[in-house]
Amino acid sequence: MKKQSNSYTLIYSIGLVFLVGVLLSIVYQALKPMQDQNIADDKKKQILSAALVVPTADESISELYDKTIVDAYVVNSSGEKVSANADAFDVDVAAEVKKPADERLLPVFVANTDEGVKYILPIYGAGLWGPIWGYVSFNADGQTIYGAYFAHQGETPGLGAEIETPTFQSQFSGKSLFRDDEFRSLAVSKVGQEPTDRDYVHAISGGTITSQGVGAMFENSLAPYESFFKQLKLNAK
Amino acid sequence: MSKASKIAFLNPLSKENPVIVQVLGICSALAVTTKLEPAFVMTLSVVAVLALSNVIISLIRKTIPTSIRIIVQLVVVAALVVMVDQVLKAYNYEVSKQLSVFIGLIITNCILMGRLEAFALNNGPWLSFLDGVGNGLGYGMILVIVAFFRELLGSGTLFGYQVVPDSWYEMGYMNNGMMILPPMALITVACIIWVHRSRNKELQEK
Repeated sequence: MKKQSNSYTLIYSIGLVFLVGVLLSIVYQALKPMQDQNIADDKKKQILSAALVVPTADESISELYDKTIVDAYVVNSSGEKVSANADAFDVDVAAEVKKPADERLLPVFVANTDEGVKYILPIYGAGLWGPIWGYVSFNADGQTIYGAYFAHQGETPGLGAEIETPTFQSQFSGKSLFRDDEFRSLAVSKVGQEPTDRDYVHAISGGTITSQGVGAMFENSLAPYESFFKQLKLNAK
Repeated sequence: MSKASKIAFLNPLSKENPVIVQVLGICSALAVTTKLEPAFVMTLSVVAVLALSNVIISLIRKTIPTSIRIIVQLVVVAALVVMVDQVLKAYNYEVSKQLSVFIGLIITNCILMGRLEAFALNNGPWLSFLDGVGNGLGYGMILVIVAFFRELLGSGTLFGYQVVPDSWYEMGYMNNGMMILPPMALITVACIIWVHRSRNKELQEK
């Protein structure tokens, strides 16, 4: 067959694509278990860092997670535990935040830290370029934030990506989502525009959209937990 | 080593360096050079992809129909890049998270297509392999030099270990946040080009 002919070109390209396809699926299948393990470990690390638990060098994430996270369950928007075969760790938060509040599965991770019991809740929202997400840990009475962890997919380095830094995240400790027993969420505001009706943290200069995204993420992801917070407060008394 | 293989391997390191002489692959040189570790991993990935794709294209160069040769090159490169990405995700998840989109962007790195078109299509597998490794290293060398200065001056660390002593910070020394931002990568590359040209007079434009 002539090298320049149409049929040669056609057969050549079909053969090549087929070969490459088979090769890639073999690689994917062979490495998938290890990748899943890494993704789970990474998620555990994120959950732990929201409770300000940092692994030491000689400790594996899984061990530390099993030791620290003493309980994990799913609640609904009335604060009742949902038992229907939902594992808190496997709940897809990205999909849940799109549902109406009363249909959502709301995961709760209970951590036993040196500072006492903390409740860790996942949050998920949108930044400027892509999704942003994180975990927020609350003190045992559910009223004040203990620690926060944020991550992003592709925010601008130096601007929106600053939400990843300890400087930004440490602002959240001690803030409350409630004022006069009412859920107010938390504002992320510019210097000089601080609201008076709720707690606030300062936005990142130059990262306006991402900062607003963090504010909206708090409101949208944590509002359905209102009843859960109120129960925590009752139990703490 | 024969003369031809020496040229294929050594020229890209200095006289035909892809970054500072041919000014290719600048995009990733800006993006992955804030820290040394991703710069190193990026270098290894590019060396691996470049050497392998050069060899594969060189092996099948006589069978490739001319009308679709660019597409064939792209398929080979894309397949290799996806494999590198999968391997990183399995064995070094932290780094793969940092490099995320840039690994995918190796596909569009002009150095790859450039070497495939200019070299692998006309030369044997062994020479093409050397050419690929040489160009990958030439590219990585610049990446690592830029990352060294950006990490040292921007974060006061090397490979994540703090090298600027605490006493300096107490005396008022501050990390230069500018070094972390992309423009400083360009300026550092420009400084390297300046030094390189002043030592290689034949590269200077009249």
